[in-house]
Amino acid sequence: MSAKPILEKLAILADAAKYDASCASSGTVKRDAVGSKGIGSTEGMGICHSYAPDGRCISLLKILLTNFCIYDCRFCINRASSNVERARFSPQEVAALTLDFYKRNYIEGLFLSSGIIRSEDYTMEQLVEVARILREEHRFQGYIHLKTIAGADSALVALAGLYADRLSTNVELPTEAGLSSFAPEKKPETIRKTMASVRVGESEAIEAAKSRLIGKATPPRFAPAGQSTQMIVGADAARDDDILKTATNLYSGYRLRRVYYSAYSPIPDASQDLPPVRPPLMREHRLYQADWLLRFYGFERAEIMEGACGGMLDLAIDPKLAWALQRREAFPVDINRAPRELLLRVPGLGTRAVDRIVAARRLGKLRLGDLARLTASVKKLLPFIVTPDWRPGKLIDSADLRARFAPPAEQLALAL
Amino acid sequence: MREVVLKTPGDFAEWRCAARGLLAGGVAPDEVSWRGSEEGASLFGDAVAAAPGAQLSLPRELVEIADRVICHRDAEVPARLYRIMWRALHDRNLLARATDADVDWLRKADKAIRRDVHKMHAFVRFRRLGEEPGRESFAAWFEPSHRILRLTAPFFQRRFYGMDWAIVTPDARAIWQDETLTYGPGGTKDEVPDSDVVEDQWRTYYGAIFNPARVKIDAMRAEMPKKYWKNLPEAQDIAPLLAGAEARVERMRAEAVSMANPLTGKWRTRVQDELTRGEEIETLAELAKAVDRCTRCPLYCDATQGVAGEGPEAARIMLVGEQPGDQEDLQGRPFVGPAGQVLNEALEEAGLDRTQLFLTNAVKHFKFEPRGKRRLHQNPTNAEIDICRWWLDKERVFVQPGLIVTLGASALRGVTGKSASIKSMRGAVHELEGGTKLIATIHPSFLLRLPDRARAAEERAMFVADLLRARKLAA
Repeated sequence: MSAKPILEKLAILADAAKYDASCASSGTVKRDAVGSKGIGSTEGMGICHSYAPDGRCISLLKILLTNFCIYDCRFCINRASSNVERARFSPQEVAALTLDFYKRNYIEGLFLSSGIIRSEDYTMEQLVEVARILREEHRFQGYIHLKTIAGADSALVALAGLYADRLSTNVELPTEAGLSSFAPEKKPETIRKTMASVRVGESEAIEAAKSRLIGKATPPRFAPAGQSTQMIVGADAARDDDILKTATNLYSGYRLRRVYYSAYSPIPDASQDLPPVRPPLMREHRLYQADWLLRFYGFERAEIMEGACGGMLDLAIDPKLAWALQRREAFPVDINRAPRELLLRVPGLGTRAVDRIVAARRLGKLRLGDLARLTASVKKLLPFIVTPDWRPGKLIDSADLRARFAPPAEQLALAL
Repeated sequence: MREVVLKTPGDFAEWRCAARGLLAGGVAPDEVSWRGSEEGASLFGDAVAAAPGAQLSLPRELVEIADRVICHRDAEVPARLYRIMWRALHDRNLLARATDADVDWLRKADKAIRRDVHKMHAFVRFRRLGEEPGRESFAAWFEPSHRILRLTAPFFQRRFYGMDWAIVTPDARAIWQDETLTYGPGGTKDEVPDSDVVEDQWRTYYGAIFNPARVKIDAMRAEMPKKYWKNLPEAQDIAPLLAGAEARVERMRAEAVSMANPLTGKWRTRVQDELTRGEEIETLAELAKAVDRCTRCPLYCDATQGVAGEGPEAARIMLVGEQPGDQEDLQGRPFVGPAGQVLNEALEEAGLDRTQLFLTNAVKHFKFEPRGKRRLHQNPTNAEIDICRWWLDKERVFVQPGLIVTLGASALRGVTGKSASIKSMRGAVHELEGGTKLIATIHPSFLLRLPDRARAAEERAMFVADLLRARKLAA
C-alpha cells in the first residue's frame, strides 16, 4: 500500500465521496456523552456545521475508506477503468480523523463509504470495523452513517446496523436497463435484497424491544435513523416517471427514510457515453418536490404525472402547481372550511402553513390579511383560494394562469 | 409611571422577578418603562426594585418562549414580553392566535433566537489548548447575534462531556472544566488560540467535498450568512474555490475521455463468469437459485427476490399457495408472514408437521401496489400464473408428491392450468395426470379477511378439516 500523507489521502478520498448527496444527521435516537463521559451526542435534529459553495450542507465527514474499486460503473469516478489517483485509509486513520474533526465541532459524525476491494464481504467488514473502533474503543456517541455494500452477507449488515445510525444502499440508476448498461456488476435484485435485510433487521429489533422482559436490558437498536438510497438523475435515459415509480416502490417495500436524487455531475476522466453537460439541477429540485408531495401531501404518483409531459416534470413550475393547473375544477378552496387534505393541495401552501391555518381558524374566520401572517406568500395562493374578503372569480380559469407563475423564457443554459 | 432597571440584559430570572411583581400588582403595560442599567435614568417615574411577587399562573409554553426571547438584543423586548404576559393573564388562548400582532412578533423573535442558537451549535470552532493526562482542552471564540450563550452551553456540555472547553463571547463566557459548567464575563478574541493543527485537514476536506460543477452561492449564504465567516477557518477558502470552479469544470470537459485503466481486465473476467454461468438445473437448490434469477414475466422488476418452494425433496404432500407476500418477499421464504402464521396453527391442529411438507407458491415473485409505506398485495393474472407454472411443474418433478393441496384459486390454476371455483372442487379428492391426488381448499389469508368472527371460526374449521383429510389420504 502506498504511504501517502494523510492530507493527500483526505483530498483524494473526500473528492471521491462528494457525489453522494446525503449528508443528513437527523432522525436518530437521542444520545449524549454524559453517561459514558466520552464524546458525542445526537439530539434528533441534525446540524449542518458548514456549507460548501455548491450550497450543500457539510454535516458529516463524508469520505471513502478507499477509492480502489473492482466494479466498473461508468457514471462513477472510482470505476476500475478510471485513471483517477487512488488511495486507501486504514480503519484507525478514519476513526482518528473523525474524532479530531468532531472535537473541534466541525462535524456531527461520519458518513463512510468505499470502493469494492477484494469482495463485497471484505469491504463491508472494513466499514464495520471503523464503526466498531469509534463506538467501542472511543465511546463515540455521534452520528455514523455506513454504506451497506450490496451483496454483502446479511450477518455483516446486521452487525453494521448495531453500530450505525443509518445505513444506505444506493440504487444509482432507476431502471433495470440503465443499471445493466452503466453498471454491469450491480444487480438491482442484489441491491433490493440488501435493503430487505436492513428492513428485516429493523423489524426484528423492534419485535425484540416489544417482547423484552421487564427488568431485562433493552435490546440494542438497529440503525435508528433507518435506511436511505440515492438515484442519479440525467446520466441515463430514465424519465422522471420511472424515477418516481422506483422511489415509491422503495419507500413502500423497504421503509426508506429518504430517497436522494443526485443530478449527474460531470466527473474527471469520464466515460465516453456520458453527457458532458451541466448537472440538471432544476430537474433534481423538481424531483425532490415531487418526492415531498408523495410523502407529506397525500399525492399519488399518477396524480403528480398529470401535470407532467411525456413522463417528465415541468421544469418551469413546481409539480403541485402543474397538477393544480390540470385540475382547476378542484379550486378555489375555501380557506376557512376546507379539510386539511384539500388545503395541502393548494399551490403555495406547505404543511406547516396548513397546520397553522387549521389551528388559527378555530379561533375565528381568516381573512387575506391574516393569511399573510400564516404563510410566506399570499400572492401565489390568490387564484386558488376563497376567504370572506376574496374570491378569485375567473382568475382560476384564465388561460394565462401558468404564465403568472412560470419564469419568463430565457436561455435554458441560464435557467439550469 | 413605574420604571424597571434590568442589571443583566438577557437574564430571564431578573426580568421574571420584576414582571411577577408588576403583574401581581395589576400594573398595566403602558404604566411601566423598562430599561437596561447602562441607559441613563429617565427624568420621570419612580424606580421600582425588582421584588418577588405572588404566584401567577401563565401558560408553560409562553414562559418557555419568554425565557428564550429575553436573550434578544432588541431593546423593546422586556416591555413587549411584559405586555404579552399581561394579555395572557386575561386570555389563555393568546398563543394560539397566530394572526395577532403581538403573538406574531413573539413567534418571529423566538424563531430568530432559535435560529441563532442552532447556528451557534453549528459554527462554534474549537481550537486545542493542550492536554493533561487523559483529558484534552479546547477553546472557542464566537460572536452570536443575541445573548444566547446560556441557551447553548448545555448542548456543548452534553456533547463534549469528555473534554475541557471554554466558549468566549463578547457578552459572557462558559467554561466546562472538571465536569462543572460555570459562566463568566465576556472576553475578546485574543484569549483563544489563533490556529489549530487540524484546521489544515478540515480546510482540505472542505475544498475536496465542494463540487465545482454545481455552484450555488445563494444557497450557501442563506444558511451560512457572511456574518459568521470571520470565525470559520474554512470560510477563507470560499473565494478561491469559487474563482477556480469554472476552470475546473472546463478542464473536465476538455479532457473528458481518456484511455481505460488497464485494471479493467481483472473485473471483466469475473463478471463474464457470472453472467455466462450455466442454467442447468439438477437439484432443488439450483432450482431455487434459478427462480431468483427468473425474468420470464415483469414481476421480477419490483419484487425483492424470487421465492422458491421449501421442504424435503421426499415430501409426500405439497402445499401450493398463491404468491409470496410482503414478509415472504423480504425474507425469501414461503409462508412466513401473517397468512403463514394462520397456516402453521391450522397444520398443527390437523396434526401435520410443517417440516415434512413441501411448501411453495403458484407465482414466485410478489406482485404489489405501493401505497405510502405499505405494499398492497395484488392478485396475479392468469397469464402470470401460467408463465410461472413452468417453475411449479419443475418443483413437482423433483418432489413427486403423492398429494397436492392447493390453497386458493390461483394455486388451483397453477396446478391444473384451468380456472375453476374452489367451491366446485372442495370436499372431493381429485386425481391429476400421473396419479397425483389433489385437494383444493381456501388460502389461509382468506381467514384473515373475514370480519365476522362466527363465520371465520366456521371457515377455519373447514380449512382444518381439509388438511386433516389430506393427512389421512397421504398416510
